[in-house]
Amino acid sequence: MAIKQVSIFVENKPGTLVAITDAIGAAGVDIRAMSIADTQDFGILRLIVSDAEKTKQAVREIGCVVSITEVVAVAVSDRPGALNDVMHILSENGVNIEYMYAFLTSRGHNAYVVLRVADNDKAAGILASKGVKLVSEDDIANL
Amino acid sequence: MSDPKRYWQPEAETASRDQITAWQSERLVSTVKRVYQNVAPYRDRMDAAGVRPEDIKSVDDIRKLPFTTKQDLRDFYPFGLFAVPMEQIARLHASSGTTGKQIVVGYTQNDLDIWGDIVARQLTAIGLSPRDKVHISYGFGLFTGGLGIFEGARRMGATIIPVSSGNTERQITILQDFEPACIACTPSYAMYIAETMEKMGVDAKKLPLRCGVFGAEPWTEEMRRQIEQKLDIKAYDIYGLTEIMGPGVAYECECQAGMHVNEDHFIIEVLDTETGLPVKDGEKGEIVFSCITKEAFPILRYRTKDIGAVTHEKCACGRTFVRMSKPMGRTDDMLIIRGVNVFPSQIETVLLKTGHSPNYQIEVDRVNNLDTIAVRVEMNEATFSDTVSEISQRERALAEAIKSLIGVAVKVILVSPGSIERSTGKAKRVIDHRKLH
Repeated sequence: MAIKQVSIFVENKPGTLVAITDAIGAAGVDIRAMSIADTQDFGILRLIVSDAEKTKQAVREIGCVVSITEVVAVAVSDRPGALNDVMHILSENGVNIEYMYAFLTSRGHNAYVVLRVADNDKAAGILASKGVKLVSEDDIANL
Repeated sequence: MSDPKRYWQPEAETASRDQITAWQSERLVSTVKRVYQNVAPYRDRMDAAGVRPEDIKSVDDIRKLPFTTKQDLRDFYPFGLFAVPMEQIARLHASSGTTGKQIVVGYTQNDLDIWGDIVARQLTAIGLSPRDKVHISYGFGLFTGGLGIFEGARRMGATIIPVSSGNTERQITILQDFEPACIACTPSYAMYIAETMEKMGVDAKKLPLRCGVFGAEPWTEEMRRQIEQKLDIKAYDIYGLTEIMGPGVAYECECQAGMHVNEDHFIIEVLDTETGLPVKDGEKGEIVFSCITKEAFPILRYRTKDIGAVTHEKCACGRTFVRMSKPMGRTDDMLIIRGVNVFPSQIETVLLKTGHSPNYQIEVDRVNNLDTIAVRVEMNEATFSDTVSEISQRERALAEAIKSLIGVAVKVILVSPGSIERSTGKAKRVIDHRKLH
């Protein structure tokens, strides 16, 4: 089970991010989670949103390079050591993480962790078999 | 010990203008006959232009001949413009071309001897003798730089130190231990050596090095002053291009006042870029060369695309050959990066082949006296990825592909679509921060 992440190329110069958040705001899309990877020359903005396709459209219209990437998201209970358990499962099964980020919501007792791995199905299967709760597109829409 | 010679071949270098004109006429007439007979593309071209070899009676008739361009060298690649059978070719040299296709030229043994003579003229002019050692840091290989200076130093009987390029610290050790009197390399590499010496704490003033022969790329009078001061030498300019011979087509004498064109072997024309008519002394135009003694590759009316000027005023050194200025620009968009000719179209070819956007910009700079080239390419959805490692990998792969075509390392920077400045709808392709002219 994978969810859609919107990835946007962000050039390292003033005004780039605000143009993107303006466009997403105007499209009426809710941002659930975000992370930015930055290098010396550019950044990659990654978003989990209420409507990935609509976001892609809106951001593309302002001239950005954007893609939709499938990522795995898991719910971990909000207690010490919970993330560590997930990391152990992945590590022991040889799953390499390209990047990850986490977010919380105002409801419930879970934190959510977004994982980018080489093989989503394999990682999801392993996590599910160890009782980790995977987050679906519907779950994201209802957060 | 006797005084060193002032001229290598005084009878040529100080010949009267009438004598030079007589040589040029006689040699042009015979070269035209020979290429008409032996080189089909020249014959076809002349036939098409309605010019017969007998129409060329003196150097003044040169304007009746069709031009030759770099494209011709590509069209008849590899040996289509050679004027002698391969068994008479003693050596081949080559340089890169725009679409990855290199150009190749050939030399008979006699051509190599003449090449040696014209380079020896400069080495002699700047005060070198067979007692001196010449350190050559130009690359040895298909590039004409290394072996061209080598021919001259050998002809003169100097001791040759064929170091070739690279490993600057070792070059400095050789300058210290082998004690050459002269170094030959690109001017930017000379600056780099000087700065590396400073960093290593080597005092250039303590070296016996007296002079340097620098060419293969544009440089300024300001750079000359810096090289002279930092290395404590006299710095001389040398001009040449593979298509004509290599280094030595024109050279600076001890007066450092323009480069004497070896007019007994080459005819120089300076033509108005609009009308194609010859310009007056001191006026700028495109430099066009004809080879009048070369056996293997006697190119006629070759358009160098270099902009320059000449003067017939007599030089204080006593040489009578016309002097040309440093090239003051190009009629095309060719860049010279660390002595290598680079065309923006080469980079464009790589971008298109690898699925990148053709919207790009080349930024050239000189950092610590070495040319740097950065290529900004607009990102597109096909080249984008959500991971930094993949994008960096793509940048590196593209940089590698460009390097393998143009022969110079580049930095690739992927930028947002539409972010490359466009003027009148067309992107500005090159930004050159170097102040070379």
